[in-house]
Amino acid sequence: MKKYQLDLEVEDNRMVGPGVTLLTLRNDKGLPDMVGGQFAEIQVPSARVLLRRPVSIHSIDKEKSTVEFLIQVVGEGTASLAALKAGDTVNVVLPLGNGFSYRSTHVARPLLIGGGVGVAPLLFLGQELAAHAIRPVFLFGGRNEELILRKEEFMKYGSLFMTTEDGSAGEKGFVTDHSLLFDSESFDSIYACGPTPMLKAVAHWAREHETACEVSLEHRMACGIGACLCCVEDTADSGNVCVCKEGPVFNIDRLKWFN
Amino acid sequence: MVQLNTKIGSLELKNPVMTASGTFGYGTEYADFMDISRLGAIIVKGTTLNPRQGNPYPRMAETPSGMLNAVGLQNKGVDHFVDHIYPEVRKIQTNIIVNVSGSCIDDYVQTACIINTLDDIPAIELNISCPNVKQGGMAFGVNPDSAAQVVEAVRKAYDKTLIVKLSPNVTDITEIARAVEGAGADSVSLINTMLGMAIDAERRKPILSTITGGMSGPAVKPVALRMVWQTAKAVKIPVIGLGGICSATDAVEFLLAGASAVQIGTANFIDPSISGKVIDGIEEYLERHNFTSVQEIIGALE
Repeated sequence: MKKYQLDLEVEDNRMVGPGVTLLTLRNDKGLPDMVGGQFAEIQVPSARVLLRRPVSIHSIDKEKSTVEFLIQVVGEGTASLAALKAGDTVNVVLPLGNGFSYRSTHVARPLLIGGGVGVAPLLFLGQELAAHAIRPVFLFGGRNEELILRKEEFMKYGSLFMTTEDGSAGEKGFVTDHSLLFDSESFDSIYACGPTPMLKAVAHWAREHETACEVSLEHRMACGIGACLCCVEDTADSGNVCVCKEGPVFNIDRLKWFN
Repeated sequence: MVQLNTKIGSLELKNPVMTASGTFGYGTEYADFMDISRLGAIIVKGTTLNPRQGNPYPRMAETPSGMLNAVGLQNKGVDHFVDHIYPEVRKIQTNIIVNVSGSCIDDYVQTACIINTLDDIPAIELNISCPNVKQGGMAFGVNPDSAAQVVEAVRKAYDKTLIVKLSPNVTDITEIARAVEGAGADSVSLINTMLGMAIDAERRKPILSTITGGMSGPAVKPVALRMVWQTAKAVKIPVIGLGGICSATDAVEFLLAGASAVQIGTANFIDPSISGKVIDGIEEYLERHNFTSVQEIIGALE
């Protein structure tokens, strides 16, 4: 998929959760083709911060030529992105990496599992599945209800279930404790994005119940296009591979998580 | 119309802008963003005799105006390069230079011998300055005798343009530069990364899996510029300057300090089309100052 380096205009940037901003960018000339699970490298408008920030594509609106990003403020770079104002211009490289591969796998009953800001790419995936008349089930986990982001938006495309560590919403516990998973026949494929311990727990559940599973990894990245070899994950088939180029979405069968 | 062409030994470059090894993949990664054949040269990823898995993740830490890396020369080995990468990169209409690294002198020599047989690779850059490998790498480049030994051995086996990439992690870089010049190098490129370290205070742990790594980016530019200036005065062979170059102005500074060509490294990660912009900017600078050739500003510090 051809990659582009574009100056995009900030249409909107607003907080949608504790320390989480929703950044909407627009290109009047239209947007490149992209798929759910791919990401962008966004230039940080700060002299001290050198590297771009890799951010999952949260959703796109082709008619309006807008692309959305859900960004958690964790440091100086993401704080600068959260401070962007409508009308500002930001340089973006996209689309990068490989998305979720639902097309080739004849998915009928997908389960989309997200944790924290890791729910971001699952909205785009949910929109794509909905466009194929597949209604996904979303299962999101967080420490408390406030940390489960954009619930209403997700419910437009599928049904939403939650787990919280404090029991403030949904079932108390972790996503892999949810009663949805008591019947392992309910889903034919799982797509997950979130903190690594959550992804590992989901991958083990999927492996145990012989359910197809893809996870989206988040590693420290520099170039985002497979040149610097910084963001590697050790795979069973090819050793160290770049998450930015061969991922960020991996079939769990490639990962060395099951020793 | 100003003349941008320059020479490194017998190697002709259409302009003085190269991309630094390890920051530009095999060039093709950047083809969506710019016309890569416009470059004076592309120096491809560090290549070793045998495949290397590199260091474990995490390999990168961002620092103020810079970054640390600890990739550790991950590559699929020279045979893979010859069979799978060379047939593709030889089609690019510019100089493709292979960065060669090794753990012992014989590794360097064998790899250089194999690259020597490739018609469309006009030069190698001998990496005696990688800080991220346990054996070889920088160990050769921090001592004038061992630096001269490896260059002399490769010189006997390699008959095209031989560039030697120097480490800044030394007391006197001109001493190493003179040693490799005496051993037959056609050019020196400097600087490789500076040894650095980053700590995660919350976790009380180092950020890199290897604890220390190589620092690059604009933060190292003043050090690189100083070393290029010192080295250009100390040797007769052409010097290639690199270290934190992010703009045409940065590149011009290195040329003024005595570099015959420059390499763009970390800046490729920030702006994947930067190297083309640097070529345009050098041309604009020369026109604005009424120079007719880039040669007029090499070492022209007043």
